Amino acid sequence: MTRSSNNLWLHCFAVFTAAATLVLVGIGGLVTSHEAGMAVPDWPTTYGYNMFLFPPSYWVGGIFYEHTHRLFASLVGLLTTVLAVWLWLRESRSWMRRLGVVAFFTVVLQGVLGGLRVTLFKDQIGIFHATLAQFFLVLVSAMALMTSRWWQAAQGNSQLLLPSKKLGYLLVAAIALVFLQLALGATMRHQHAGLAVPDFPLAHGKIWPSTDPASLDVFNRTRLGVRDHNPITAFQIYLHMAHRIGALLTLLTAGFFAWSVRRQLGAKAAVSRLSLAWLTLIFCQASLGAATVLSKKAADVATAHVVLGALSLVMGALVCVVVFRFAFHRDVARAFVAKSEHLGDRAVSAAKRVPSTG
Amino acid sequence: MKMTTQLLTAALLAGSLQLASAADITGKITLKGTPSPEIPLPLDASCAKERIDKPTTRLYVVDAGGGLADTFIYIKEGLAGKKFPPSTEPVVLDQKGCEYVPYVFGLQAGQKLIVKNSDKVPHNVHPTPQVAGNPESNKMQIPGGPPFDYSFSNPEVFLRFTCNIHGWMFAYGGVVDHPFFAVSGKDGTFKIANVPPGKYVIEAYHRKAGKMTKEVTVVDKGQTADFTLSVPAPPK
Repeated sequence: MTRSSNNLWLHCFAVFTAAATLVLVGIGGLVTSHEAGMAVPDWPTTYGYNMFLFPPSYWVGGIFYEHTHRLFASLVGLLTTVLAVWLWLRESRSWMRRLGVVAFFTVVLQGVLGGLRVTLFKDQIGIFHATLAQFFLVLVSAMALMTSRWWQAAQGNSQLLLPSKKLGYLLVAAIALVFLQLALGATMRHQHAGLAVPDFPLAHGKIWPSTDPASLDVFNRTRLGVRDHNPITAFQIYLHMAHRIGALLTLLTAGFFAWSVRRQLGAKAAVSRLSLAWLTLIFCQASLGAATVLSKKAADVATAHVVLGALSLVMGALVCVVVFRFAFHRDVARAFVAKSEHLGDRAVSAAKRVPSTG
Repeated sequence: MKMTTQLLTAALLAGSLQLASAADITGKITLKGTPSPEIPLPLDASCAKERIDKPTTRLYVVDAGGGLADTFIYIKEGLAGKKFPPSTEPVVLDQKGCEYVPYVFGLQAGQKLIVKNSDKVPHNVHPTPQVAGNPESNKMQIPGGPPFDYSFSNPEVFLRFTCNIHGWMFAYGGVVDHPFFAVSGKDGTFKIANVPPGKYVIEAYHRKAGKMTKEVTVVDKGQTADFTLSVPAPPK
């Protein structure tokens, strides 16, 4: 059997797996937005049935969301297994084959965590389940990128080189902030406390909300709605405020990164365009966060917030993978610097520092 | 033999005397202030078939005279050291028209609670206790299926029941370790029956209007304890 690092069908399959994973994240978001995670109390069975044979007449209310999530998760599990086997048999790069194995074990762990969250009644497992979902999405998306022809062909593409090591660190910091934001968001969602802070841009009518017991009592008693959320606590208010501050920090960091890249490489460089697109995505995500609060956590808005958050992380991570690949590619970097010297470009001269990172 | 009979007679006499001197605590819960309008329940198609009316939330059930229903009233202090075996009479919680009925109920620790489903749609019965030792469980109850039995060994006010299939369904149990409790009716009135003589602190607790305590001394005739709870002011 011949192995290759350039297999179009394998790449298409990896892209399909990544897209299916994004849809699964969205369906997971719908489950928590509708607070339907416990609508099916058993696992791996569904109300005692083999989950694939569960009668559609019972797919009502919250069961519909939770059961669909389980079925789609099974599909993603199957796709990931096929991808891992395919890579193992046909991929020539050993590290790529190992990534396939990592993806397989991650999706298995993810499925088990989802099941245990239901059977053990543990919100904490749900938080870990939601966070691992983001990691898994990044992993399969990176695999889709790395199996592409573009990935092979782009080795000499100096347009994707970062001009300085500091900018690389800035990018990593911005991605870490996005991931932290997603983890905070997952924690907030899986505590089933609804909106700990129901107004925006103020917080309970103030710049910083009160969290003394008397204020908390009033907050909880004046929350009127169809759903009865768990009482909000001071910790949940702090968590919510941390999410808001984190959003601002993420926007500023991604904005500073995009501005710095553009200033040093010019507006036409591929990295500049990518960083601007990423910043736009993060801005939209922050706006959706505000819309989630203002809509009183409407299920569709809250779910869109989850999906766009996942996309923000994937895009940032893929940009990071690409630019760091070149940052460690000494030959390309040297060629790039030589070219920049020849052109006498002010922006690119900063890239002279890059070869030392290779 | 004669001695035993005498002792038995004395015990029965003492018991009947105590019962005779036991009294009821009655009263009314009144709501001060105007609550926000109730919110229509977002029934799905299958639940809509179960109703001919347009059900709403039951956050504040108030009658024209200001009587506030669904307030749990119980003896909070004054019974320390006394043991009361749980009543053998079970409390029944029904799922009817895609709502739990009653919305608020009282239960003695150890007393049996029967949950049934009178609807033609499945529900899942999910008690979500917060007190350690009261077990959480989550079971589907199909239409016409057998009732489920529950028992909670530790006091907890309020112990929430929910249905995750229909996210608007809730019921709240006031679990205490004695039989001296009541839930206010539609007109806000309540009666705690057969309270032994003594000095007590009684608490009236409504989920949204809050809680209030009063001292009551029971001698040998009925006592009255009225409470006025308020709609909380919005946060400042």
